[in-house]
Amino acid sequence: MTTPDVINLTATKRDPTFVNRLTPAGHQLYTCIQCGTCTASCPSAAAMDITPRQMWRMVQLGLEDEVLHSKTMWLCSTCYQCQARCPRGIPLTETIAKLKQIALQERIEEWRESTAFYLAFSDVMHRYGRMREVEFMARYFLSTNPLGALGYAGMGLTLLRRGKLRPELPRLRGEGRLDRLFDRVAELEGRQ
Amino acid sequence: MNYLFYPGCSMEASALEYKTSMLAVFQTLGAEVQELDDWTCCGASVAPVMSDLLGLALPARNLALAEKAGDGRQMVVGCSACYVRFQCTNAAAADRVVLERINLALEVENLSYGGTVQVRHMLDVLANDFGPGVIAAHVKRPLTGLKVAPYYGCQTVRPYSAFDDGQSPFSMVGILEALGATVYHHLREAHCCGTALLTTKSDVGLRIAGEILEAASPADCIAVVCPMCHMNLDSYQDKVSQVLGKPVKIPVLFLPQLIGLAFGLPDRALQLKRHVISADPVLARLAA
Ligand code: SF4
Ligand code: SF4
Repeated sequence: MTTPDVINLTATKRDPTFVNRLTPAGHQLYTCIQCGTCTASCPSAAAMDITPRQMWRMVQLGLEDEVLHSKTMWLCSTCYQCQARCPRGIPLTETIAKLKQIALQERIEEWRESTAFYLAFSDVMHRYGRMREVEFMARYFLSTNPLGALGYAGMGLTLLRRGKLRPELPRLRGEGRLDRLFDRVAELEGRQ
Repeated sequence: MNYLFYPGCSMEASALEYKTSMLAVFQTLGAEVQELDDWTCCGASVAPVMSDLLGLALPARNLALAEKAGDGRQMVVGCSACYVRFQCTNAAAADRVVLERINLALEVENLSYGGTVQVRHMLDVLANDFGPGVIAAHVKRPLTGLKVAPYYGCQTVRPYSAFDDGQSPFSMVGILEALGATVYHHLREAHCCGTALLTTKSDVGLRIAGEILEAASPADCIAVVCPMCHMNLDSYQDKVSQVLGKPVKIPVLFLPQLIGLAFGLPDRALQLKRHVISADPVLARLAA
């Protein structure tokens, strides 16, 4: 979505507790001085609909819908540059992971091309305990854009020829290698 | 010197040549390296997005194994994404309440972590435990005349690196010079390679990778120390050329492959043929 330059704060639904959910930064986000160092440091900023600096201001203002609705967090490549440079020492990168987590729990469909990446990775990790790149990519493309996979077919073949990709038969039945640990974590977090 | 080694998923598959060359270099330097038994995925940047506790429990499972097997040995990792997750987990585990919660999860694996395993990046070990002097002493075939662009990537040096500068890293410089190579400095040495964006938002990811390849292009090759950086810089050059509207072609080598070349290590350790962009121009320059 494109964010308007002016947001009517009186007429917009706001949740002042939004910032509490955004660990680890939490209330530290109120110390943001809007210097813009995060935006200037971000390799993806040019492609974002709201820049990191704007996003942190919107978080302060409790504009939860607007923030979760923007693609900003999904363009974050976890490079830690904003976190390393923020003059207020706010753990920004780790807090963006939390934003992704909330979006993954509440808005899976809206950001399918990104959420599917996390879900496919997690499924494979769960099942085998280690990443299987071929199965992971297959799952990702099947759940997003099977035709999009064609754009990668040439590259995939080259990687196969170089021995970089190892095709393995999926094992879909039986207990997954990390089932117990995943289940236990879900139980401890009250998700079961 | 004696280390435990956590390869991580990529070094076991797409970046196998990183593992074989690293182990061969360590062996030449006289280090004893033992692979961690029964290791599992560190969760990468994905687990913390799935859940806070999962993001800590997956790395902690391996740290607990290392603590049990280690006799106080440090654990070496070659993947910067694994490195950052282990450092982050150790930092979080300094809080006893968090550590207790992690251990409640690890119970189902019959493991428990005490928070004592020191994790080191392979680059840190090479630069600081051995250092340019020791490395130079093993050089048989100096890389004279080879212009190498170091590329550290992001998570190698940020935010937890205790061994290098997060903005202007330098630990590869001494090593490359010890090999006889010429260091080609550029403005993208500690930038991000684009990580998963090359898959999920390829237009953005390819541009980010393209900026690095362009900045490094006057060099003969790029030296990397992370499997993901390698995948993004080596295998997408065709697509990057399309996005930039001009051809880009530069070999990308893992640092231990370059060290191995200078040490005269065999092909079976270096496995240069596995790369998408051929390393032949590098070999040709060295033969000249
Ligand atoms: S760098 Fe820190 S203080 Fe500056 S705008 Fe970004 S979050 Fe705010
Ligand atoms: S960590 Fe994310 S938001 Fe911060 S600079 Fe890097 S890509 Fe941008």
